[in-house]
Amino acid sequence: MSVTNVHKDFDSLTITLVADFDAPAERVWQLWADPRQLERWWGPPSHPATVEEHDLTPGGEVTYFMTGPDGEKYRGWWRVTSVNPPKSLEFTDGFANQDGTPIAEMPTTRVRMQLTEHDGGTRMELRGVFDSREQMEQLMNMGAAEGLQQAVGQMDALLAG
Amino acid sequence: MVVDALTDEAVDHVFHALADATRRDILRRCLRGEPSVSRLAEAYPMSFAAVQKHVAVLERAGLVTKERRGREQLVRTDSDAVRRARQILDQLETAWRGRVDRMSHLLAQVPDPEENNPTRGQDR
Repeated sequence: MSVTNVHKDFDSLTITLVADFDAPAERVWQLWADPRQLERWWGPPSHPATVEEHDLTPGGEVTYFMTGPDGEKYRGWWRVTSVNPPKSLEFTDGFANQDGTPIAEMPTTRVRMQLTEHDGGTRMELRGVFDSREQMEQLMNMGAAEGLQQAVGQMDALLAG
Repeated sequence: MVVDALTDEAVDHVFHALADATRRDILRRCLRGEPSVSRLAEAYPMSFAAVQKHVAVLERAGLVTKERRGREQLVRTDSDAVRRARQILDQLETAWRGRVDRMSHLLAQVPDPEENNPTRGQDR
């Protein structure tokens, strides 16, 4: 198992995943930088990805679609914000309509991928932050507050009883 | 946990659980994330066993649940918002774990010189 650590923070809707690969950083980088390799792992086996645009430069875009078992297509996009081969890549990942335009109501994820040398192989750290938009932001701001409120509410109810 | 349905014994458990500053702090940390018992133990100047005991008290009061994840024991609390956030992040975790597995699989294969041509992607 190459995933060595996963950490989730419900307050900031952030997930950090660490994976160790027995391969040099250059090789791991190619999995992201070569669209033909990218499409071999991005989508699950039931929904393989086809990468169309693939411009890994700041401001550049990656567009792709995943094809489901019934032939239905799910489109997605990345907007690249930072590229530093073979060390780091940052982009926003989102969903698109059938014509390729981003769907505004769907949550986007800001992704930062970092590669470092580790034990003769490569450690990949992936951090994903949900770009909350209204509902997601609300959801999260409420998260801790609501939880605490619930706990305090329980105490109040008990004290009143 | 429904307050109305609490028995006297359950009420005692909750009061006892919340009467301690360390346990209230553990509860706060669980509302923000899902720390493992060992991560919690690092946060307090006390033994792992002592922290484990505090968690057990919170668990008996129904304020947290423990879930085994690999070698770790995660301590969780439940509220609707936290549950929904957890679902979203769990989905992302599942997707990424799948991706990492496929990446490992690709890396384990003998590189195909044609596929490994770094210039190919930039030509498009």
